[in-house]
Formats: sequence, C-alpha cells, structure tokens
Amino acid sequence: MKRILSTLLFLLSLNVYASSGVALESPDIDLSDNLSLERGAKHYVTYCLGCHSAKHIRYKRIAIDLQLDEGEILKNVAPLGAGIYDQMHSAMNGHDAEKWFGTTPPDLSLIARSRGSDWLYSYLKGFYVEKGKPTGVNNAIFKDVAMPNVFWQQQGTQVAVIKNVDGHDVVTELKLEQSGQLSPKEFDRLVTDLVNFLVYVGEPVQLERERIGKYVLFFIFMFIILAYLLKKEYWKDVH
Amino acid sequence: MRQKNFNILYFFGSLALFVLVNQFVTGILLTMNYKPDAKLAFDSVEYIMRDVDWGWLVRYMHSTGASAFFIIVYLHMFRGLLYGSFKQPRELIWIFGMLIFVCLMAEAFMGYLLPWGQMSYWGAQVIISLFSAIPVIGDELSLWIRGDYVVGDATLNRFFAFHVIAVPLVLLILVFLHIVALHEVGSNNPDGIDIEEHVNWQGKPLDGIPFHPYYTVKDLVGVGVFMFFFATVIFYMPELGGYFLEHANFIPADPLKTPEHIAPVWYFTPFYAILRAVPDKFAGVIAMGGAIVVLFMLPWLDRSKVRSIRYRGGMFKKALLLFVISFVSLGYLGTQPATGLATTMARVFTAIYFGFFLLMPLYTRWEKTKPLPERLTEEASLEEQIPRLKALYQEITIVKQSIDATGNTRNQRRPNPAGITAVLFRFAKYLKESLD
Repeated sequence: MKRILSTLLFLLSLNVYASSGVALESPDIDLSDNLSLERGAKHYVTYCLGCHSAKHIRYKRIAIDLQLDEGEILKNVAPLGAGIYDQMHSAMNGHDAEKWFGTTPPDLSLIARSRGSDWLYSYLKGFYVEKGKPTGVNNAIFKDVAMPNVFWQQQGTQVAVIKNVDGHDVVTELKLEQSGQLSPKEFDRLVTDLVNFLVYVGEPVQLERERIGKYVLFFIFMFIILAYLLKKEYWKDVH
Repeated sequence: MRQKNFNILYFFGSLALFVLVNQFVTGILLTMNYKPDAKLAFDSVEYIMRDVDWGWLVRYMHSTGASAFFIIVYLHMFRGLLYGSFKQPRELIWIFGMLIFVCLMAEAFMGYLLPWGQMSYWGAQVIISLFSAIPVIGDELSLWIRGDYVVGDATLNRFFAFHVIAVPLVLLILVFLHIVALHEVGSNNPDGIDIEEHVNWQGKPLDGIPFHPYYTVKDLVGVGVFMFFFATVIFYMPELGGYFLEHANFIPADPLKTPEHIAPVWYFTPFYAILRAVPDKFAGVIAMGGAIVVLFMLPWLDRSKVRSIRYRGGMFKKALLLFVISFVSLGYLGTQPATGLATTMARVFTAIYFGFFLLMPLYTRWEKTKPLPERLTEEASLEEQIPRLKALYQEITIVKQSIDATGNTRNQRRPNPAGITAVLFRFAKYLKESLD
C-alpha cells in the first residue's frame, strides 16, 4: 500500500514539474498601495495602451479607488484627450493590429484573472533575444509570442541558457547581457507596479469586498448564536 | 411529525431549498442587466461586476450558489444512501429527487454558457457534440440543439430561455412534488426504523415531534452555519482556486481558439471522467448516461431488509466506502488532462462506480444485518461532544514550560507525537471495527 502511494505521489509530482522550464516568480502584490497602483496605471498608459485596451475600467473609477483628483488623473495618467468617464481604449484598431502582428492584441481588463499575477510578472520579465524572430525576441514563459519586448530600453537585453531535454529545447535560465536604463531592482519595481495595477483592474472591487466581508461574517456569526439559543430553548423539553 | 434524532446530514434538504431561493432572487436581478447576445454577453457580465451597484455581490452569490447547490445536493443524496431513505416506502421521493438532480444539471450546464467565456463556449461545444455520437440521427440532433453548425448566438439565446424560465419552472414543480411525496410517507431517520409502532394515548408517535417549531428553529441554525461558509467564499475567495469560477472563463469566447485543456466545472467532473474512461465515444456517452440512470434504479437494486447503514452488514459498508472513494477520485480525474495513468485509474473507478450499483442485489441480499432497535436511538448533541473534544485535545497536545526573556514561566501547548499516534491508531481500529 505504501509503495503504491509513493509511486502515485511521485507520478503526480512529475506531472507538475514537466510542464515548464523556467519557474514562475511571484511579485509583491499590494492592492492597498495606492502609489504603486498609480505608477502602474501610468506605466500601463505609457507601455501597454498603445496596443492593449482595458475597456472594462474607466478613468473615473481609477480616480475614485486610488483616491486621486479627477484633474490629476487626466493630467498624469490618462493619454491626451481622454475624458474622465472614458474607458481605457486603445488607439490601435483591430484591422491594423491583425496586419502588423498577425493577431489582435487582447484586451487586458481581465488578464490578471485568467493568467494570474505570477504568470504576468514572469512573462513581462521573460523576453530574451533570439535571432530570426520578427520582433527579435522570444519569451521564456510564452513561447513564440507575437508581442515585442516593450521594456527593451528599460530592462536591457537578456539572453537565454537553452538546454536540450528529451529532444526539446528548454530555456532553463535568463541572463542579463547588457543592462538598460534601469537597474534590475528599479525594473522589478516597474513590472511589479504594472502587475499590481493589472490585478486591481481585473477586479476593482477586491479590497472593498474584503472590507465588507468582515462585517457580513460578524453579522452571520451573531445570527448563528441567536438561532442556536432559540433552538436550545425550544428543544429543552425534547428527550 | 418528524423524528427527533436527526443529525447534521439532515440539514441539507432545507439548505437546498434555501439555495434555490437564493438562485431565483439573484438570477432575476442578474437578468436585469445581462444581455443574451454573443456580441454583448461577456461585456455585460463585466458591466454587472463593475458598473452595476452591488452587481459583483449578486453575481458572486449566483455563481457560488451554483456550486453550493451541488455540494448540498450531493450530501443530501449521500444521506439518503447512508440511511436508506430511498428504500420502500420512499421510492417516489427518491425518483422525484433524481429528476430534480437531472434538471439541476441541465440548469447548471446551460447557465454556464451565459457568461460566454472560453470555458463556457468550449464546454458547451464538447457536451453538445456528444449527441452527434448517437448513430443515424446524431449529427442532425446536435445541429438541432445548437441551432447552428458551431455554438453561436442562436445557442446562447435558447440556453438563456431554458436557463431563466423553462428549467426553473420544471424544477419548481419537481421540488413541490418531492416535498408532497415526503409528506405522504414521512421522513426516514438515522436508524431507518418506522416510528408509527409506538404511539401515545393520542395516537401520536412517541418518537415524533412537530416540524414546526422544532425543525424550523433547528434548520435556522443550519442556514446560519451555511451562510457563514457561503459568505466566506463570496467575500474572500469567489473563484475558489479556479473551481467555482474557472480562470479560462475570464477570456471571452473565441470560436477560433481551442483552450489547451477543456474541463467542465467541478460538479460535472465525475461524470465527465466516466465519459472519457470509455474508449469509444458512443459507448462513453452511454456510460455517462448510465451512471445517472442507475441512480434512479437504486430503490430496487437494494435488497437489504434494513434501511440504515447502522444495522447493515460489513459488505455494504465496504462497498459504500469504495463507492465514495471512486466518486471523489473520478471528480478529481475529470479536472485533470487524460494522461495514460489517469485514464487507467478512471477506468478502475468507473468499474467500481457501476459495480457498487449493479452488484448491489447480490451483496445486499444475503448480508448479515444487525437487529433493529425498537425505538429511536439517542443522538449525541453537539454540546455533549464538547467534553470529548476537550479530552481529545488534551491527548494530542502536551504542555511545555519555558522561561521567556523577562523571566516569567510560560506554559505552551505543543503537539504531542505519542498522543497523535495513539489517537490515529484508535481511529483506524474504530474504522475497521465499524466496517465489519
């Protein structure tokens, strides 16, 4: 019995580790850090919004949730010409995108909910130089992705250490070959802020939900106590 | 009149009703802002989640309610299995209950298409295409169900119609009949004995108490405890790790991009695993349907003289344990990709699943049952168990004295390995004894 169990566990663990070469890294997500979220929103508009819309969020909502002034967010975060009630629409149209990249860049409103923050963080840091690719880069997390490395100036260039495992080329490690405008630490901060913002955009109500939850649970707990006392009172004659 | 020794498993009937009401109320609120249109559906759900006041709460209550409904219904059915509530004279209750279960599966399946995410879309695509496995009429039939060659706007619209009005109406009628049938013969009890044989001078059963107020106030406690868990999920883990809301369903439906791994929501996975376990597609569909049909026949498959597991022989207990293990395992395997090993395991568990039912006439007929009690046995209440839990806690922990920086002696409780081993041994022995 023990042997069967250990074999099963071994097979299960194989299943988990066989899937990818580079392990996912976890960013330090903090949704209560409004400054980080604001920086993330700025980065989103600077680096992402050119191609990727986030059409399920409005600038107004961001201003409310991040406790920013409406004028402030229009001046500092939103692209020129955007109104406060506008959703985060991209300037690129789908037809052009199809022609340029072969696919329409997805809307990123819910990307943090479908992919998870670890994946996004590792993906954004996972670009490495590969000759022969249309964009000049490949990605260790999302192989042959159509997206170029938008942070090439900030991050610098990375190269991959590739090993052949069972007839497949697997990226085992990424090395910074030439440093960019930002130090690795500053760059991590940039990507973390951006992912933090994406996690927020995925479900803007998260913090509010957790805040209300405490009161709801407390109320239900009181209800249970009352209901239990009532039950005891009614049942005291039943033997 | 209700028996007075109902235990915790008897809460799930009233809880199912409670969740049904929750689904109706939140469902009606959702339809006020949802758009059943392939171009608008996904966005309208996000609109509910973000721009509609309290829309997120209503949507989470509905999505979590769907999963909660199945947890409750599975436990409700398991209760019936344990105490023989499906046996004569309660066959009709069981049949109505099974019809409710089938309706509920249809309701959940069609409701799951409505958010129009990738998993909604491809799940529906896979399940509807199963009908095409039926010989001769299969292709025409699946085309007729979809209303298009692929799942599309027509499918979404008809599923919406079924989900919000047709199936709920049938469900409501069946629930009514389920309860009417229950009132005709009365509830079963954990002892599985009839209480009408011992009556007082008024002709009322000695072991019976009126449903109201006794069980209305008791079920209120059950509703409270359930709401606590329900609210915990809604407010702190609405996706429940991708089981209640699948991650891939946050990507809008795309007919041109098949997801790498298609898995139905958790409550369908046992049956999905059975489908995949059979190598031939049509045979697989038959097996999946058979897994549900066989449940309908339960009252006639069981030939035991006693109802409750408390007085049954060891064979049934072991069979039931195996069945529960295989049902849960099938549920897990259904969420995983069908690798070689997983398929083999799914086949073994499928065999056990069907074995449990189809061999039942044999192993229940000649099993040695224990003598039934004359009157209902006492059920230890929660409060009476508190001293036992305290003793258990004492046994598995040990007091360690330490002196902290300020010189005070502190008594700390630490897990006691010897105590834990002893308790585990006793539990294993108890388990073995109770299986005989």
